[in-house]
Amino acid sequence: MSEPRDYKTEAIVIKKTRLGEADRILTLYTPHLGKIQAVAKGVRQPKSKMSGHLELLTYSMVSLARGKNLATVTGSQTINGFLGIKDDLELTSYALYIIELVNQFTEDGIEDYPLFKMLVDVLEKLSTEKNRELVLRYFEVQLLDNLGYRPQLKQCVSCRMRLKPLINQFCPGAGGMLCPACGKNGSFSYQLSVNGLKVFRLLQDGDYNTISRLKMPKELAMELERLIRAYIKYLLEKDIKSLAWLETLKRCL
Amino acid sequence: MEVNPSNTTDSVNRLMQEFAKLPGIGPKSAQRLTYYLLRTQKEQVMALAEAIMSLKNSTRLCSCCYNIADSELCPICRNDKRDKTSICVVEQPQDILALEHSGIYKGLYHVLHGAISPTDGIGINDIKIEELIGRLKDSEISEVILATNPTLEGEQTAMYLNKMIIPLGIRVTRLARGLPFGTELEYADDITLTRALEGRQELK
Repeated sequence: MSEPRDYKTEAIVIKKTRLGEADRILTLYTPHLGKIQAVAKGVRQPKSKMSGHLELLTYSMVSLARGKNLATVTGSQTINGFLGIKDDLELTSYALYIIELVNQFTEDGIEDYPLFKMLVDVLEKLSTEKNRELVLRYFEVQLLDNLGYRPQLKQCVSCRMRLKPLINQFCPGAGGMLCPACGKNGSFSYQLSVNGLKVFRLLQDGDYNTISRLKMPKELAMELERLIRAYIKYLLEKDIKSLAWLETLKRCL
Repeated sequence: MEVNPSNTTDSVNRLMQEFAKLPGIGPKSAQRLTYYLLRTQKEQVMALAEAIMSLKNSTRLCSCCYNIADSELCPICRNDKRDKTSICVVEQPQDILALEHSGIYKGLYHVLHGAISPTDGIGINDIKIEELIGRLKDSEISEVILATNPTLEGEQTAMYLNKMIIPLGIRVTRLARGLPFGTELEYADDITLTRALEGRQELK
């Protein structure tokens, strides 16, 4: 059976590029079609009926018409515009980082409903939760888990021994922890404190409600941030562009 | 469509290829323009060539507002009749044309040449933000109007500029965001409607 020419889907806009005079190519993350690209005609003109429903970081119901190459957006209606995020400079930046991560880690046309749920969930949490950094960390760790990059935090990836409560090493290249003895062998790694490892494990296994009650000292938060970002960079083999902006913002706020 | 270079004259080929590099011009349009110029009078073609040359040779960015200028300062910065106490911040020089066309604004401008866009790697050092802040220090400016685009990038740039300018004790305003003229309410999105309601005014 051939696929229908017109179809409707929920979608979150995760990227947009200019096309021609007034059009845009949108990258949409959908619950059942995975990541798809579509052309939105005329959305850069003020009179466009769709433009507000198709801005970055908008959760919409989108109608599409299959084309030879790319689908064309024929209609859209916002489900959640995440206004709370868009009105806040810091939150917008965090959210942009999140959608860049999703865009970089996914391929076109591969369905991943759990990932879609996670994306909606993290965007909703960002505007309500107090500890924004923690929301970000939780998402990063859960995303890695979902994609099959779950780091080994229980035992040493080299000698398979259970980790002792000491300062161990996290090695991005090996995909997990190294005990102090194996960590000496020179492969590039980061020191991780006992408490740091505990929080990392909690982020990996725990549900968000437990974690949100954690009181994390600043150094611990920084330690985890550096380490998780290094792991992500190692996996992607490139920099996440919006990180540079997050750094700039941190300096000036 | 691929033109076979060996069957056409070199200079014709060259011009076609140059035209094809322009935005919105495909191979067929390039061909049409080239053959049109072949048939046109020499004076007209020379005038076009001259206009293109002078575009690059005699324009520069205004040293004050970074608008396109033909000398050190652009015509707006040079004009004594303009209100020197307000600056309108826009993303690109074309935006000035649109604002000037309305004829309502009498102050100065500042062109950022872009907007902060983290996912494209465009940060504060890639656009003329430093220069704007420099202009505001020790000046007679009393109001900065943020006229960046009402897109996510434009909004983000406006929020950032707001944070940077407020400590200088200058009034910062943002162009109103609401319903565009000549459209219908039923198609408006949530953000536009929210802003339109927030910014509602009494009829005069």
